[in-house]
Amino acid sequence: MTTTTDRIEKQIVLRAAPARVWRALSNAREFGTWFGAEFQDDFAPGKDAHGKIKYQGKELTVTFAVERMEPERLLAFRWHPYAIDPTADYSSEPMTLVELALAAVPEGTRLTVTETGFDKIPIARRAKAFEMNSGGWAAQLDNIARHVHT
Amino acid sequence: MFTRSLAAASRNGAPIFAALGDETRLRIVAKLSDQGPLSIVRLTKGETMTRQAITKHLSVLADAGLVRDVRRGRERLWALEPSPLEVARRYLDLVSERWDAALGRLAALVETDDE
Repeated sequence: MTTTTDRIEKQIVLRAAPARVWRALSNAREFGTWFGAEFQDDFAPGKDAHGKIKYQGKELTVTFAVERMEPERLLAFRWHPYAIDPTADYSSEPMTLVELALAAVPEGTRLTVTETGFDKIPIARRAKAFEMNSGGWAAQLDNIARHVHT
Repeated sequence: MFTRSLAAASRNGAPIFAALGDETRLRIVAKLSDQGPLSIVRLTKGETMTRQAITKHLSVLADAGLVRDVRRGRERLWALEPSPLEVARRYLDLVSERWDAALGRLAALVETDDE
């Protein structure tokens, strides 16, 4: 059982063959071009792949703990989501599991992304990620105030 | 502080809607949102209720994890606290938006060079 705050699921139909989509997922360099990271290592099951991510002008390191690679079917890895606080040490914190599942459909490839395990991430860390995003709570509270005033 | 209000929130089931389902408490939230942390004296100003009644409303809001009291010197102030559930939901929205953007770029990549 997962709660509504524990899991994200996304689906997209890509107008490209599963083989092409698989290359964009399994090749760390290609993965990086759309994900927004620059990987130094290849993806391999049971191996960590390290890369760099640019976020609001800062360069941060990102690590994918690759778990499963089933060609044209599934890529699964764990990572620290939204690890954008350069002063924080995320290494002792739980990771989320990301699964990218492929299925051939007449239009091309259906890609289903699920990310689970958010409820295990400390709530303060989740609040921090939100704070660091533009606006943060100030904007949110403005919305409440506006709502109350009207 | 988040841990405390998280415990309060889960203990009380759906406390946020109940806590906000009152005109006075909504006004308190709006005041704290507009003016930042306020003392009980400032919060009571303009209300027809007694300080005691306002304090009761504040404790309902505090139990729901919506406000907390903070000490500033000898003064006790009340401040808004984002609810843990709201934090959790907004956080998922952020992660979700990031995936949407990434998948858009993935589509652009695999759909253009395959022709």
